[in-house]
Amino acid sequence: MELIVQGIVEAARRIVTLDRDVLDAASASLAVSGTATALSIAIGIPLGALLGLGRFPGRNAVLSVVNTGMGLPPVAVGLFVAVLVWRSGPLGGLDWYCTRPAIVMAQLILAGPTVIGLTAVALQSVDPMLRTQLTSLGATGVQSAWLLVRESRLLLISAALAGFGAVISEIGASLMVGCNVKGDTRILTTAIALETSKGEFGTAFALAFILLALVFAVSAVTTWAQQRPRPL
Amino acid sequence: MKRILLAVVVLALAAGCASGSDAQRREVLLATTTSFQDSGLLDDLVSDFALKTGYRIRATAVGSGAAIALGSKGDADVVFAHSEQAELDFMAQGNGERRVKVMHNDFVIIGPATDPARARGQGSLAAFRAIAAAKATFYSRGDKSGTDVFEKNLWRQAGVTPSAPWYIEAATGMGQTLQIASEKRAYTIADRGTYLARKGGLALDILAEKEPPLFNYYHVMTVSPAKHPRVNSLGALAFVDYLVSPETQRRIQQFGVAKYGEPLFYPDAP
Repeated sequence: MELIVQGIVEAARRIVTLDRDVLDAASASLAVSGTATALSIAIGIPLGALLGLGRFPGRNAVLSVVNTGMGLPPVAVGLFVAVLVWRSGPLGGLDWYCTRPAIVMAQLILAGPTVIGLTAVALQSVDPMLRTQLTSLGATGVQSAWLLVRESRLLLISAALAGFGAVISEIGASLMVGCNVKGDTRILTTAIALETSKGEFGTAFALAFILLALVFAVSAVTTWAQQRPRPL
Repeated sequence: MKRILLAVVVLALAAGCASGSDAQRREVLLATTTSFQDSGLLDDLVSDFALKTGYRIRATAVGSGAAIALGSKGDADVVFAHSEQAELDFMAQGNGERRVKVMHNDFVIIGPATDPARARGQGSLAAFRAIAAAKATFYSRGDKSGTDVFEKNLWRQAGVTPSAPWYIEAATGMGQTLQIASEKRAYTIADRGTYLARKGGLALDILAEKEPPLFNYYHVMTVSPAKHPRVNSLGALAFVDYLVSPETQRRIQQFGVAKYGEPLFYPDAP
């Protein structure tokens, strides 16, 4: 109990004094997970649209793979990406081991399928009559896909949020490929694990509260964007 | 849509710039044992090294076994380990260029204050024999780390083959293993640094300490550029020179004294 109180006090102190290490970890977390989420939206929504609206042989197989991808174990992804970016690996020339791009890559693999899968479902749940209507009005495939994406944007925001939530709280892959380098790849989750193993429970608690606050803030902003009244 | 794509590209570049490839040779990839990081000494030396030389260390704290494995594939520039035999094998296989002793610390054998196995005060090897004879629960790291190898070597020296059910492999880091041993009122072995850092929250007393079988030496090894041409050999050598310099050696000796009242590591550089 004493430890929890200590942790809360320490968390408050570090937040109020804008502690350098805490700020570094928080901004690193936002930068890598923000980038990974942005990339997964940029890649995931078009691919999700293709899967949700398109009809082609092997579509079900691809959907199954994507759905499996939504539950990928982070440590497995971490190991896979680490082997890729080690100097002895196929992407060794990039020299990405222990860098932010390596974390972004791992987190993209984790968040991508979630965004693709949820986008496909979102677009499929738009009233099929709307698609028929758009086609009869002469819209091309791409035009009608774009309108359908806009139509289902509320669900797509949730898809993006699900992707972000999966990666901002992730540790296994980020630790394995990012190496927890102080001031660079030390993100909130890996910093929490390190402080815990150092026995600095107060600092660990402080970081954990900040992580929770960050996730809450991002969710709150997104929810506001999703729920604000809009013209019909 | 175009705006989103632009934002994505800008963000990706921003994330990439933090460790841009043009600055690559100023970066040194260090594979190290976890105790170096968990004690806080790594962060301290890395920032000091950056200030003095301009080199940036990217350190991956993975345990001695994995650190040596990374070095032997050329995936790291410099290796910091405490696993004597594995280090000698590494050098014998031509993977290393320079190997220098940097410092040592010592291990402590710890257990519940009640000491049901009567392991206290008779030296480390006798303590291990007493624990085995009493079949008292003992938690091993079980993760092939330097500490794990050290502990298994100590059992061999004691002439005991530990076995389940009283001998349990925690398969986790030092801090966690201490926590588990304390919760379960069991025996274990730890490096003094981690034990001192965690002592406040633990119900574990020192039962054997400060004798030669418990001394633990850390070496730094540069990865051979002859065998692995891609390594940053200059950066690695600069880090070795830094570690063994008198100034750094003094810094190592003073590290932790203010906080724990005694050093965590003792400098050994020639």
